[in-house]
Amino acid sequence: MHTLEPIIAELPLFKGMKPEHIQLIAACAANVRFEAGEFLGREGQPADRFWVIRQGRVALEIHAPGRGSITLQTIGEDDVVGWSWLIPPHQLRFDIHAVTETRALMFDGKCLHRKSTTDHELGHELLRRFAQVIVRRLEAMSLQLLDLYGDHRGEHD
Amino acid sequence: MRPAPFRVVRNRRETHDTRTFTLEPVAAGARFTFQAGQFNMLYAPGVGEAAISMSGRAGTVREVAHTIRAVGRVTRTLQRLERGDVLGLRGPFGAPWPVSLAEGRDVLVVGGGIGLAPLRPALRQILERRERFGRVSLLYGARSPRDILFAKEIETWRGRFEADIEVTVDRASPGWRGPVGVVTTLIPRAHFDPDRTAAFVCGPETMMYFTVRELARRGVPHAQVWISMERNMRCGIGLCGHCQFGPWFVCKDGPVFRYDRVASLLGVHEL
Amino acid sequence: MPENPSGAEAGVAIERKDLDRLLGLLHARGYTVMGPVAREGAIVWAEVSAASELPAGWSDEQEAGRYRLHRSAGAALFDWTVGPSSPKCSLHPATVTLFHARRAGRDLELLDGDPPPAKQAFLGVRACDLAAIALQDRILLGGQVTDPLYHARRESALLIAVQCGRAGGTCFCASMGTGPEARSGHDLVLTEVMEDGRHLFVGAAGSARGAELLAELGARAATAAEADAAAAAVTRAAHGMGRTLETDGLPGLLARTLEHPNWEAVARRCLACGNCALVCPTCFCVTTEDFTDPAAGRSRRVRRWDTCFSVDYSYIHGGSVRSSIRARYRQWLTHKLGTWHDQFGSSGCVGCGRCITWCPAGIDITAETRALRRRQRRKEGSRAHA
Repeated sequence: MHTLEPIIAELPLFKGMKPEHIQLIAACAANVRFEAGEFLGREGQPADRFWVIRQGRVALEIHAPGRGSITLQTIGEDDVVGWSWLIPPHQLRFDIHAVTETRALMFDGKCLHRKSTTDHELGHELLRRFAQVIVRRLEAMSLQLLDLYGDHRGEHD
Repeated sequence: MRPAPFRVVRNRRETHDTRTFTLEPVAAGARFTFQAGQFNMLYAPGVGEAAISMSGRAGTVREVAHTIRAVGRVTRTLQRLERGDVLGLRGPFGAPWPVSLAEGRDVLVVGGGIGLAPLRPALRQILERRERFGRVSLLYGARSPRDILFAKEIETWRGRFEADIEVTVDRASPGWRGPVGVVTTLIPRAHFDPDRTAAFVCGPETMMYFTVRELARRGVPHAQVWISMERNMRCGIGLCGHCQFGPWFVCKDGPVFRYDRVASLLGVHEL
Repeated sequence: MPENPSGAEAGVAIERKDLDRLLGLLHARGYTVMGPVAREGAIVWAEVSAASELPAGWSDEQEAGRYRLHRSAGAALFDWTVGPSSPKCSLHPATVTLFHARRAGRDLELLDGDPPPAKQAFLGVRACDLAAIALQDRILLGGQVTDPLYHARRESALLIAVQCGRAGGTCFCASMGTGPEARSGHDLVLTEVMEDGRHLFVGAAGSARGAELLAELGARAATAAEADAAAAAVTRAAHGMGRTLETDGLPGLLARTLEHPNWEAVARRCLACGNCALVCPTCFCVTTEDFTDPAAGRSRRVRRWDTCFSVDYSYIHGGSVRSSIRARYRQWLTHKLGTWHDQFGSSGCVGCGRCITWCPAGIDITAETRALRRRQRRKEGSRAHA
């Protein structure tokens, strides 16, 4: 039994999945570590993996000339980084930058795609769970866009 | 009810648009008693009154701190007052944070923007009687790093007290190493037992609404969450009608409400 | 069935010609007498010094968005129902200076505002307005914090009710249980009787003050025929209501239908002018305004009426919570007929019909409630069958 299985089974992303699926996923997983300031990936690079943060914080950034690197959002413990591996064109949309020293579980996207081709139920389950991650991320970003603490006098006339 | 004269003792800049100023009664030796979460109607003669939350130590005090954000004529006038200036004060008004109800439980304090101001007296009370509570967490969301209220004080709390303190911003600025994202994103990771938690939430209504939703996702029932509402206030004593929210007068039935009592009303547009 | 207006006590009869003596007694006791006068096409409350100033021979015609005064055949003083103003205009006045503020060095001095006026006697208070005064008593005197300005004016006020002998086109006090009989809160109650060429008022005391007045007036006992005539007049009024309002389960209905499309339908006609709130005898909302007088080194804080129809009423930084007319009309109606119950234990409406009469768009609170009830019943009925 892969030593990562019990940890993976407890992650919110995978909680409640069948043991045989956890086994398949664990076979595509590895522990990784990044130093503060290190990039997990850069915009435009092929997206062939995703991470679940175990400890630390990672920033999603866009670099705009004249403005520098802008942090859109940070992702912390137990949260998922990266969904571009799931959806064509499988390309990172942002820079992924470790803000602090970060330990994470890395999941090999190509490996999971291969296993999903033979086990359609696994593929379906992954898609369903990632859809939830994406929806919650979208919801949070929408609230961010609302600029709730800003001064909006005169806008609604 | 007439305003009583109070003198400005201190007027300190918190952020580019927010100041905390401390008042004391002009009457020598007089003291003022209030509870965490209450507010006063501060009167700038010739200009008008504004409802301002008390943000300092609660109890029977000589000095009363108020944190004011400049959003209109009255608040801008108040912000320009200097040490020694006199203004009028009516209060204390409103239902306070039920801090004693949280004893023996985990406490989650969630603030957004200027909403941290009326939460601060409650937080201080909790931290100063730390042993009476379970796990204590402060989750605070500000617009950007320069909008963080009581930034230095938050750092001292981090060092001095046994509490989980997380500060996030909606927009980062260069050099910011903390979390970026709305304050609701801090909730899934926060350490509390949903079965025995009391949550005090304060900030813009939309932020409170989504915060309580996120808390419910983690199993905290509406009857264990308290929010602080805001409405137009003129008299502060339930006689002028302006602050009505459904059947409630926010000035006297609130501003602190147990969430289950107002949940159905918050979903109605323009109520 | 309305009882004999005198209730358990024997009624008295006051001849029309003795009204001036009653007024004289009131003046002698230091009262300013407020009474109805016909002025600029309406019956309004004004200071009255003689019975000749009362609106003899005037009658009114009221419908949604319509008010007309016309000459009637006889010399009746009270052959009209209600005008646009009510005793509220004196007891909870439209404008009042709360205090003056003066800077003395770096200190702040507060000086008294308007003193309360001389005590007032109100002659001609309709049952609906009596009920409205009781409602305002509950709001302004019955809570934890009371209004000292209202207290000063109310405590000394003498209320002489005059029961309606006919109902108006927009009246529905019978539906609200507030009239046409004046049951409580009055010092004196009178009913005008004109029969066989005689013109008198059948009356009774409602308080010790009222009883003292009647005793001093030396009014004789009313005959059985006179008492019957008075009772018949009130009965006639009770059965002649121009409108009805079904109050059963109304607060619950209003709480359930906050998002009903009917509100949008009303909003298309409503101008948010606030006339309804301004003529309503129970609306109590006020706001404050500050004025500076730099030459005198003083400022003044004034309290004045406000209405939830005003867009600024619900302003908090950034904008108004109720910016649409839909939301403002809904607030007014659901408060008056719904949440008032939660706040004060009764309906906020006394069925005087003023809001219907004085609405330039002719919006009718009884019709809107009926429409809401009917449409909601249909919706709930169809859901039950689904």
